[in-house]
Amino acid sequence: MQPVKLFSKGIVTGFRRGLRNQTVTTSLVKIEGVESKADVDFYLGKRVAYIYRAQKKRKNKITKRETKLRVIWGKVRRAHGSSGAVRCAFRTNLPPKAIGATVRVMMYPSRV
Amino acid sequence: VNSSTTKQWYQRRVAITAGMLPGGVPKLGRAAVYRRRALYKRKKNAKPSKVEAKPEFKTKKVHGEKNGGSRQVPVQKSPRFYPTEDVKRPLTNRRKVKPTKLRSSIKPGTVLILLAGAHRGKRVIFLKQLPSGLLLVTGPYKINGVPLRRVDQAYVIATSTVVEIPAIANDKLTDAMFKRKAKPTKNEREMFIENTSEEPKISAERIALQKEVDAVVVPAVKKVEMLPSYLRSKFTLTKGQFPHQLKF
Repeated sequence: MQPVKLFSKGIVTGFRRGLRNQTVTTSLVKIEGVESKADVDFYLGKRVAYIYRAQKKRKNKITKRETKLRVIWGKVRRAHGSSGAVRCAFRTNLPPKAIGATVRVMMYPSRV
Repeated sequence: VNSSTTKQWYQRRVAITAGMLPGGVPKLGRAAVYRRRALYKRKKNAKPSKVEAKPEFKTKKVHGEKNGGSRQVPVQKSPRFYPTEDVKRPLTNRRKVKPTKLRSSIKPGTVLILLAGAHRGKRVIFLKQLPSGLLLVTGPYKINGVPLRRVDQAYVIATSTVVEIPAIANDKLTDAMFKRKAKPTKNEREMFIENTSEEPKISAERIALQKEVDAVVVPAVKKVEMLPSYLRSKFTLTKGQFPHQLKF
């Protein structure tokens, strides 16, 4: 089966912060192709997945397969600034090694 | 509001908002409204509803010479038992559950793109919304392998392509059709006997129903140029394509 790409790529640029303090519960994500606050409207509420690899294999509860891949799910909450960056909240806070890492912004829940 | 048309409703809304100060405060007070609308001329005469008074006491005959002949007995007897402390009752819930509001872009015959699940990326035809709120969808099966399936609205993108399908009025197309059949529970003895006769994964009913529905949908699809091959292809985002820039 040919795989299909049904998500946008995003980069985690960091956590919401002032110069000297950061709020770890909110991550900032730069979605590819989104350059302005107006463009962000499509992505509001969309689910975000941070996918990473671990050493040990774990059974995925949905696919029932043993895998080294793990996910942290989150969602796009709101725009961040006027240049298309976005604030996301994840179910568990993102680990700091996620800064600079890729994240998948899914196309669901869809409002189109 | 139920009896007026939408236009009348809008006109009333405009009139009401025109008579409002900021903060939801009406311009005219009750007395002013009364005078202005000449409510002294329009008085509703409410007819009092007749409530039949139920007799509280019943007269019962008592036997025996010295027992007074009859006794007044209450119709509703007080209960023999009641709890020592007041029992709290939960508040009544009069909420009626409605199916999810169907997006205006989704109409019977619309081509939808499935965003998640085993059939992600596939383009399917929307049939109708089931009472549970989920959307009933078909590939059609012969074209792209998607059977009669339930899908949540949030996991679907509605394209602007609509196929003209004659309305399918089939009683069997409900949520009950999708309910899983409970496995027959085995008693102790049978547990050690292997189940050699396996039931086929897809019931014959479903297959028959699929054929029935597709017999209507497939000809409608074939009428439109290139639609069958369009439904056979999958939706995918390629390099440089961003969903917020696409028009579906």
